[in-house]
Amino acid sequence: MGIVNITKTYDADFVKQVEKESGQDVALCYQCGNCTAGCPYTFAYDIPVSRIMRLVQAGQKDTVLKCKSIWMCATCESCTTRCPNNIDVAHIMDVLRHMARREGHAPVPTVKKFWDSFLDSVENNGRVFEVGLLAAYVAKTGRFWTDIDLGPKILPKGKMHFKPHEIQGKDEIKKIFKRFEEESRK
Amino acid sequence: MSDSLTYAYYPGCSGAGTSMEYDMSTRAVCDKLGIRLTDIPDWSCCGSTPAHTVDHSLSSALSARNLQLVEKMDMDTAITPCPSCLTNLKSAEHRMKKDEMREKVNKLLDTPYNGGVATKSVLQILVEDLGLDALKKSTIKPLKGLKVAAYYGCIMNRPPEVMNFDDPEHPMAMDNIMKAMGATVLPFPLKVECCGASFGIPRKDVVMKLSGKLLDVADDLGVDALVTACPLCQMNLDLRQTQVNSATGAKHNLPIFYYTQLMGLALGMSEKELGMDKLCVSPRKALDAIGKEEKK
Repeated sequence: MGIVNITKTYDADFVKQVEKESGQDVALCYQCGNCTAGCPYTFAYDIPVSRIMRLVQAGQKDTVLKCKSIWMCATCESCTTRCPNNIDVAHIMDVLRHMARREGHAPVPTVKKFWDSFLDSVENNGRVFEVGLLAAYVAKTGRFWTDIDLGPKILPKGKMHFKPHEIQGKDEIKKIFKRFEEESRK
Repeated sequence: MSDSLTYAYYPGCSGAGTSMEYDMSTRAVCDKLGIRLTDIPDWSCCGSTPAHTVDHSLSSALSARNLQLVEKMDMDTAITPCPSCLTNLKSAEHRMKKDEMREKVNKLLDTPYNGGVATKSVLQILVEDLGLDALKKSTIKPLKGLKVAAYYGCIMNRPPEVMNFDDPEHPMAMDNIMKAMGATVLPFPLKVECCGASFGIPRKDVVMKLSGKLLDVADDLGVDALVTACPLCQMNLDLRQTQVNSATGAKHNLPIFYYTQLMGLALGMSEKELGMDKLCVSPRKALDAIGKEEKK
């Protein structure tokens, strides 16, 4: 990581916003590196999690919200569990994803499309419909061959259903999503 | 004792699909042990990981709808076999203790949720409410001769202040259950390491690497099988084991059981009712090891 000149790029509002939305004091991070040491995803990150914490402290909004790491975090909670200063780092990663979404950044498009397909499935059926989710993901990404090799393994087991489970409260779930969208626009 | 072992049951979406053998064996084991489960009527998805990556009020509202249904059942404790459902239901309850979040979530719901429903994992109530002694006493076909390692996955016990159960770095609940029922349990150094979670579809390379590491270590230990408590971990390690083998050049052939399936065997149930035929890697060799004397 290069040298960050904070006199030019420090965004105080960004730091405040992260702290407000996560309820965490980011100044408490003294860069011990425990989060990065325990993070199973560092190999897939463009910026290790301890550096993300440092960049948040330094108000580097653009670098942080455009990075791949926040889309590759699986919320395994290793960082949160091991932080000696009790910072809920995984919560901060979640909040950074929320902010990145709002600003329209999605540098790992397959991950975003998968999560979106999942939520569409919940919105439409009330529960996740696994076959439908996979079909929607394939349609969104054009990745026709995704897991096609697993078909012969799983289909004979009778575990995949080709119709969603209908629940009575389907409309209640739709309303949760609808109200959430309305609230987000405010 | 049996009067108090009554819970609202939340199977989770995968329980009706890709982890149906977990749901089957959980129900069968609970029934045998005198634990009464009443399904939460018309339960809906907790939102899983995708919901909390979008927004915490959305995620909490999806979970709170289910907690509300438990309230309507006049029950105060819900249990679920799935760690992902567990963490969402518990996090919703936890987050909604703050006024601001409660208000935000209640705006999304038809009727406000008052709070107060506890969620626990099936694993937790087996260890804490039923107890290992009862499990020992109920064992009629001990798992003697079977060597296993217990793999908890990352979120069954983390973060500790929300999950409030077992040790976040070195959980022992499953190890102890398996020991109590006669299996030989080897210490598994990666018991809370992540398997790659839901990246199997969008970033398969990640699951190949992380699940590959778990399988390598398990095979190095020389166990007959791994025992899991998480549908996603089980899927990555079992269904995707052939993919891991082709991606990493390994030759794993390691059965991945749900701990409830092995418990069921020890309680004298048939392989069929525990859904052993639903596993992708054949469990035959491991199952045949049960009851046989180890070669000296």
